[in-house]
Amino acid sequence: MLGKTAGGIFWMLRYMERSENTARMIEAGLRISLTRSSAADSEWSSILQATGVAAQYFSQHDAIDGQKVINFLLREKGNDGSVMANVELARTNARMVRTALTKEVWEAVNECWMTLKSQLSRPIKQQDLPEILTSIRQRTAFVRGSLHGTMVRNDIYDFARMGTFFERADNAARVLDVKYYILLPSIMHVGTVSDNVQWETILRATSSVRAYQSLHDGEFDPRKIARFLILDRRLPRSLAFCYHKMQANLSYLADDYGERKESHKMVDQICHKFDHSTIDQIFEYGLHEFVTEFLAESHALGRQIERDYRFYE
Amino acid sequence: MTERSPFFDEMYGFGEQARQPYSDYNSWFSQEDVGRLRKKSEQAEAFFRLTGITFNVYGVEEATERLIPFDLVPRILTSREWATLEKGIEQRVRAINSFLHDIYHRQEILRAGRIPVEMVAQNDAFLPQMIGVAPPGNIYTHITGTDLVRTGEDEFYVLEDNARTPSGVSYMLENRETMLHMFPELFSRINVRAVSHYPRSLRRSLSSCRPTICDGPPTLAVLTPGIHNSAYFEHAFLADQMGVELVEGHDLRVVDGRVAMRTTRGYKPIDVIYRRVDDEFLDPMTFNPDSVLGVPGIMDVYRAGGITIANAPGTGIADDKAIYSYMPDIVEFYTGEQPILKNVPTWRCSEPDAFKYVKENLEELVVKEVHGSGGYGMLVGPAASKKEIAEFRTKLEAKPGNYIAQPTLSLSTVPILTKAGLAPRHVDLRPFALASPGGVEIIPGGLTRVALKKGSLVVNSSQGGGTKDTWVLED
Repeated sequence: MLGKTAGGIFWMLRYMERSENTARMIEAGLRISLTRSSAADSEWSSILQATGVAAQYFSQHDAIDGQKVINFLLREKGNDGSVMANVELARTNARMVRTALTKEVWEAVNECWMTLKSQLSRPIKQQDLPEILTSIRQRTAFVRGSLHGTMVRNDIYDFARMGTFFERADNAARVLDVKYYILLPSIMHVGTVSDNVQWETILRATSSVRAYQSLHDGEFDPRKIARFLILDRRLPRSLAFCYHKMQANLSYLADDYGERKESHKMVDQICHKFDHSTIDQIFEYGLHEFVTEFLAESHALGRQIERDYRFYE
Repeated sequence: MTERSPFFDEMYGFGEQARQPYSDYNSWFSQEDVGRLRKKSEQAEAFFRLTGITFNVYGVEEATERLIPFDLVPRILTSREWATLEKGIEQRVRAINSFLHDIYHRQEILRAGRIPVEMVAQNDAFLPQMIGVAPPGNIYTHITGTDLVRTGEDEFYVLEDNARTPSGVSYMLENRETMLHMFPELFSRINVRAVSHYPRSLRRSLSSCRPTICDGPPTLAVLTPGIHNSAYFEHAFLADQMGVELVEGHDLRVVDGRVAMRTTRGYKPIDVIYRRVDDEFLDPMTFNPDSVLGVPGIMDVYRAGGITIANAPGTGIADDKAIYSYMPDIVEFYTGEQPILKNVPTWRCSEPDAFKYVKENLEELVVKEVHGSGGYGMLVGPAASKKEIAEFRTKLEAKPGNYIAQPTLSLSTVPILTKAGLAPRHVDLRPFALASPGGVEIIPGGLTRVALKKGSLVVNSSQGGGTKDTWVLED
């Protein structure tokens, strides 16, 4: 396959995943603003940071305002990381790599774009938001489903999967990077309602509340939450889960091409860390340091995959 | 309510009764509810949008992806009509390939005085870089899209021989898919010859033109200018349907004397490239130095026999509008036969007598730029205002050699479905011919383009034309 196609499909899935993650974060923010309006502003602010568009937002708006943030994240032209911008990029990439996709996958991406383009064509009213967020989740799931159900399991599929997991892990780590302090012992006031809600928002932003509750007897505990999001390989949005998937897809590529690359060493090192760390060790080392390091390593791996598989000239 | 055509109508002739090729269709149609058909028509549009069968419009900010309107009344030809067209096109394609070989080698036709030397020597479409080059398999026009028009029961004319990079074949294929999807009952009632094998035929045909340097199964690729090109959908579609890579200039470079594409495993040589990039942009080292769409050095590789380029560079000299008027001579010169398909009588404004006639009869004529395409820069005399004619006259007088003129033909019509029922509209036909050392294959059917505006003769999609499915009936 062409290097350009590998890059195109990797990024197509990254953009799809990113738009889905942004929608999930907006859902979390919306819930907080409806249940505890006093915490809403700080929640919107963390979401802007976690999605990496805070600077852009404040260059165009004076203050945090829920409705403005929502519009900014979903559709504003001045935000090149909006859901609409990401879906648009995903579709442009899909057109570029059209020959590597099945008709079903292409149509799912195209329909996602057509639906959202029409739903996001005007400023969003609060009453329309639930429907739009649902639509984003469903349309992106539809793309994933058609990919899963119709694509041949070859190198093309490996690059698609790597794009998904790379972006998902990156997103979860960014949420942790912005919110790590809530989980630190220093500000831990055990058992108060306020902290329960704070902890819950981290799980919400990664769509993991229910999964957490069912696996942890419903009790919120910062260490358990951190362990769940970083190390638990049962959770499809945890860092360890995503990186083991990356490792698997990279090794399929190595089998297929008969060649192991620098990327393989790097992904092994990252996975090794997840396999041989306990959450207590991570806290002792420093949760923030751990997450920051992970983000740097993941960035380096992304660049290495680009080089190893000749995405660009 | 059905509106009648003052021209030869392919469904109703000049009368009220459906012509024989349409008799089965007509009896089906008369049982149908126009409301239901209109709804089907909307479904077809949604289907095209989802599939992404769109074309890009240059210079339009919003809605840069447009659909070519599709009309669901098919254009139907009998097997007898088709047999004549098929023979005629094959003859013409063979003649064009012989002409191209001759013009880039011994130039016998010029020596014989059948075409004036300056027609070739001073023609921008003639590429001196192709002199003495023998393309693999000696094929120049791997793909030809011959534009035909009809004026009566047995009157077909060739309007243009598109021998460079003819487009539209994806519409031929998708129009059929859409019709099968919408009206399966029609196809079980009427036996229509299939067109869906085109991508396989194309792949086979291109493979058989591989360069001698290739000793295994050839590696093919489609070269596109990129996703912003108006025909990008078609490029992706053909690559996808043939199962070959779709490449852009920046995916390619010359490595060890071969044109190679950058894959995830390194550079891999390409044997046959189906390029949808014009000659001018193909190689910045040989042609336009500013081109970023092509591959630096591809022409050197080509001349050394390291790659097949389809269509060959320099084929434009054969579909040039000034050369067109010599096509009957060209066919005769190389095949020794009378042309089966007629040329439209053409006045070359480069010739004083012809120019004088054209000037005096602008109101009656269609005047075209010699190098124009896409329906741009042409005058349709009978449909033009006095002011338009006056403006055109100024341009014509400034550079007569740039123009040719033809009589306004009474193009046949085929009905389209409008709110009020069927209404006749003018059509043309572009069948696609594949040439290889094994012969010429013509896919039964082609692209029927239809002028959607009442009375209009301009069928180009860039000028508001639509398309129809084209049926060739089984015997």
